[in-house]
Amino acid sequence: MAFGNAEMKPAPFDYHRPATLEEALALLERYEGDAKVLAGGQSLIPLMNMRLARPAALIDLERVAGLTGLRFDGDVLHVGAMTRHMEIERSAAVRERIGILSAAMPYVGHLAIRSRGTFGGSLAHADPAAELPALATLFDATFTIAGSGGTREVPWSDFFITFLTSCLEPAEILTGITLTLAPPQAGWSFHEIARRHGDFALAGCAARVELDAEGERIASARVALFGVDATPVRLLEAEPALIGLVSSAAAIADIAAAAAAKLEPATDVHGSTAFRRDIARRLIASGIRDAAAHASSLRTPEKVRA
Amino acid sequence: MPSSWVGTPVLRREDDRLLRGAGRFVDDMHAAGMLHAAVFRSPFAHARITSLDVSAARALPGVHAIFTAADLGAVNRPFPLPVPHPKLRAKTPMPLASDTVRYVGEPIALIVADDRYIAEDAFDHIAIDFEPLVATPSLQGALAGGDCVIHPDLGDNIAARFGQSYGDVDAAFAAADVVVRERFTSDRGSGQPIETRAVFAVPDPNTGILTVWDTTQSPHVARRLMAATLDVPEDRLHVIAPDVGGGFGPKVVFYPEEVLVPFAARALKRPVKFVEDRLEHFRATVHEREQVHECELAAKSDGTLLGMRVRIVHDTGAYVPWGVIVPFITLTTIPGPYHLPNYDAEVTVVYTNRVPVTPHRGAGRPQAVFSMERMLDRLALELKLDQAEIRRRNYIGADEFPYDVGLIFRDGSPMSYDSGDYPQAQQTALEHIGYDTFRAQQAEARAHGRLIGIGMAAYVEGTGLGPHESARMRVDSSGKIRIMSGAASQGQGHETTLAQVAADALGMPMEDITVQTGDTAGVPYGIGAFASRLGALASSAVKIGATQLRERILQAAGSFLEVAPDDLEIVDGSVRVSGNPTQSIRLGDLAIQSSGAFPGSTLPNDLADIGLETTAYFRPAQSTYASGFHVVTVEVDPAGGIVTILKYVISHDCGNAINPLIVEGQVQGGLAAGIGGALYERTVYDDMGQLVSGSFVDYLLPTSAEIPAAEIYHILAPTPLNPLGAKGAGEGGTIPAPAAIVAAVENAIWPDGSFHLHAFPLTPELVWQAARDAQGIPA
Amino acid sequence: MTPDRHTVALTVNGAPFKRTVEGRLLLSDFLRHDLEFTGTHVGCEHGVCGSCTVLVDGNPTRSCLMLAVQADGHAIETVEGLAPDAATLSPLQAAFRKHHALQCGYCTPGFLMTASALLRVTEHPSRLEIKEALSGNLCRCTGYSGIVDAVDEIANGKPNAV
Repeated sequence: MAFGNAEMKPAPFDYHRPATLEEALALLERYEGDAKVLAGGQSLIPLMNMRLARPAALIDLERVAGLTGLRFDGDVLHVGAMTRHMEIERSAAVRERIGILSAAMPYVGHLAIRSRGTFGGSLAHADPAAELPALATLFDATFTIAGSGGTREVPWSDFFITFLTSCLEPAEILTGITLTLAPPQAGWSFHEIARRHGDFALAGCAARVELDAEGERIASARVALFGVDATPVRLLEAEPALIGLVSSAAAIADIAAAAAAKLEPATDVHGSTAFRRDIARRLIASGIRDAAAHASSLRTPEKVRA
Repeated sequence: MPSSWVGTPVLRREDDRLLRGAGRFVDDMHAAGMLHAAVFRSPFAHARITSLDVSAARALPGVHAIFTAADLGAVNRPFPLPVPHPKLRAKTPMPLASDTVRYVGEPIALIVADDRYIAEDAFDHIAIDFEPLVATPSLQGALAGGDCVIHPDLGDNIAARFGQSYGDVDAAFAAADVVVRERFTSDRGSGQPIETRAVFAVPDPNTGILTVWDTTQSPHVARRLMAATLDVPEDRLHVIAPDVGGGFGPKVVFYPEEVLVPFAARALKRPVKFVEDRLEHFRATVHEREQVHECELAAKSDGTLLGMRVRIVHDTGAYVPWGVIVPFITLTTIPGPYHLPNYDAEVTVVYTNRVPVTPHRGAGRPQAVFSMERMLDRLALELKLDQAEIRRRNYIGADEFPYDVGLIFRDGSPMSYDSGDYPQAQQTALEHIGYDTFRAQQAEARAHGRLIGIGMAAYVEGTGLGPHESARMRVDSSGKIRIMSGAASQGQGHETTLAQVAADALGMPMEDITVQTGDTAGVPYGIGAFASRLGALASSAVKIGATQLRERILQAAGSFLEVAPDDLEIVDGSVRVSGNPTQSIRLGDLAIQSSGAFPGSTLPNDLADIGLETTAYFRPAQSTYASGFHVVTVEVDPAGGIVTILKYVISHDCGNAINPLIVEGQVQGGLAAGIGGALYERTVYDDMGQLVSGSFVDYLLPTSAEIPAAEIYHILAPTPLNPLGAKGAGEGGTIPAPAAIVAAVENAIWPDGSFHLHAFPLTPELVWQAARDAQGIPA
Repeated sequence: MTPDRHTVALTVNGAPFKRTVEGRLLLSDFLRHDLEFTGTHVGCEHGVCGSCTVLVDGNPTRSCLMLAVQADGHAIETVEGLAPDAATLSPLQAAFRKHHALQCGYCTPGFLMTASALLRVTEHPSRLEIKEALSGNLCRCTGYSGIVDAVDEIANGKPNAV
């Protein structure tokens, strides 16, 4: 797109701030696909300022009741879609029960972004280089989506379609996300390589590993990548191959290399496909090892978790 | 009161209002009835405009006017060229493109509306057709010309070809024990001050004077060019640079909006404000840095330099708004602080379909220093000499000043280094970084899988360019001193530093002195802020003026008190006989009386001058040469090519520092720009001339997390060329940083010596690839 | 097209304001031009430079990424609210001055607001934590070290720590 004119004020739109979900849905229907939901605005408003997004209307969800909050219920965590990143970052319960989410938060933009940005907004924006979509894939995330016809639950594997595209229809609203927590003995690791603090990652890896009863071999592993393809990537093919390996196994590097070779990361001014693949390869290998080491440390009661 | 205000780290006066958010930047200004402008710009790098119809846009509610080239009439002609050169085939910009556009972002129309939102809405309603032409695909492609000639009457894209030489380079190469050859490239970057450009023109119907609030670094130059292009007498224009949010060079240049906005204000008889947004800034405000250098260096086997040959290709963008300053400075900076007995440099300046190029902090010197310093590293490798040693063997000694380089500097005067201590600068820096123990640390780190490296670079920088700077000062009727300087400020602290200088010369406390900058009404002639000149020049003008003013005060007081001036002193706002407080006159009263307080009366016969006021200029005979040495240690993460700076040590010679706090700030700030230019800031154009890195998402400025605090050591080598002994301090933090950092990265990857890195800025991918090359991993 | 207009009632530095604005008006422009709090500056309008940072209900926020209408019912704090009175600067502002943490001053209000927010929630941030917290604000003049020193002094009483 020819970019000569460089506008930086939004084009005109109608602004609505409904009080209920029903109202919000009705408004979306009314605009027949030409309205956008406004959550935190940290991704949408820059696009609108640059006039790359020009919806006829914005439906602000700030006043809609029932869309915020963190609720632990047995082994699941319900996150209201409008829950601000900041709330998650500050939650002691999250730090204790799903520590990888706390660890990832400081990488999500900067403080000011996290004041307003929302968990649901980040997931719905579906930027494959973002941290949260990858984490969602690691925890069997299911997405609760409201439409005028009712509510549906969508697993993560059907939610992320492609670059900046989720399965949300124009007249639907993501209301909540349910994460299934890992068992308490699962270790985890989170790494990304970015050019500057707070930037989108060149590539990143979140991993989760459980060890066998003896604490020596990998009993199960989950590996999620970001910045490496058009959506976040779970290494579903590679994960079973990790079972039975010790964390020092040379085979892990081979599995990482094979998995990375299958990735199709984009080329842009920050890096080429080959570069990102190589970063991914290293992060996969180190991610698995670090998660296994973490799992190992959890088994020793006197060791304090980092 | 300190014995001397100069040299004291006085806290800044500017800070109070700036910390409160009470600064007055151009976009903070309001006027009743004001309108807002936006510029409609070319989306093509090279195209003919085949039709343009703005009638629908004009009819949009809230739009007051749209000006195209046709509407400007005779005003739409190429700008005067501020800095001519005999070999330059100059194509200066026009206010608006009429039939051909030559870079993405070139202005086509000015829209004036009730607010900026509506003005941007009008873009959608402008009906315009283009016939795309072939855009220059790259610097090399532009050089080749052919089907992408930008200014057809020139026949090709060569803006200028010129060079300088001294000695006999051919003989030097013939006699050499060793010759090394390398090619270096640097990418475009841009200044990116946090405040973009803005122009706010306010007509006064009662006086006929147009006040123009402008983010310019040179209000007087801007006024002169505005007057020339608008065909309006200079005294009908009042240009004021209020608080300005950073300049760094790009705001020195005269831009189309500085004609368009005053034109619109006069035509509409209403105040009109234009504020550039950030995306526009990428496409419309000047860039700098892209060059290609082919270098050959000849030396003896002991490392003594014999001669150097350089061929430079310089991208100047689609027009030359300022001249060929940058490449001129590049080729005169290359010899640096070294004995280089023979030199031959030539530059080819090339037009490209990109934003025009004029100086940005460093102004062609980072590229020059990169070449010389990397060539020295290359030579050291060839001769198996230590990098510090090869420099030591070639430095001009501290006892060799004045040292004639053999070149003409860009101010037209022969380059003569006036002062410095290059060997000491290196020694100090290397001591403080622990150079002697670094090898061992590096080996230890490597054993643990960490790649750390060290790199260094020295530089000499011509500062304090003329032609002059001015200061006008008076004692007002309250007894306070008011100084108006021809300087303009974008954060350098002139309100404080110039008051320090005046306080010393007047023998009065700083609190009694106020300084104003950036106003064409303040002084008749001024030049402005660029090339690190104000520390040397504006201060010198103030010192000269304040010394004169003190003399006038004493002479006038002597006349009214009937006492010899030598017997008088200035204390507590009065002039009095030394040691006799009863025989005194308050300064304010003296100002009133000496300027004729009582109409119809007669002044004393021996009163030499009317009033207590003076205008002083400082005219430097030549530039004065600051210098320094940078050494840096880095860690390279081969996984992602991420470079972390571990320690950065700078030796810095800016002569006498007027305010050490401010000098440190300039060096540290300059370093941040240098690190940005070495590791983060890269402008990318595609082969159709579209700007790919056109926002802060893709053009990365380093943050607090990436910039370390440098250790800064001052080398004191005052200059004899101005009354303060001061040299420029604004660019020394930037100039050698890319050379030092790239050398350090190379050293981290190839600690046993190897020469692979020929370009800046580095990117993570480039560093990653280099690390793989070092490990023998195929690409 | 008739503009879409809405009432906004908010407080700025404790004082109540009520205005009618167009839906698309950015909070940054509203504060600067409608309410004349020109201390908040605009540097990029795409959420990167941080010079527009204000506090919304105590939280650091990029006002260029918020619509004025979204501020309805909220408490905004800007740089103009930091100094206790015309004769005195706040300790943080005084520390900025002492450490030469500003040159042109354009990015300064954004840094002050971000630092204020950090200091409210973290009692003694480490120097690294300070640098990371401030990494969402860009400065082109100072090279950051003075800014970090100033915040470090307020946070920990020891400037110039390594």
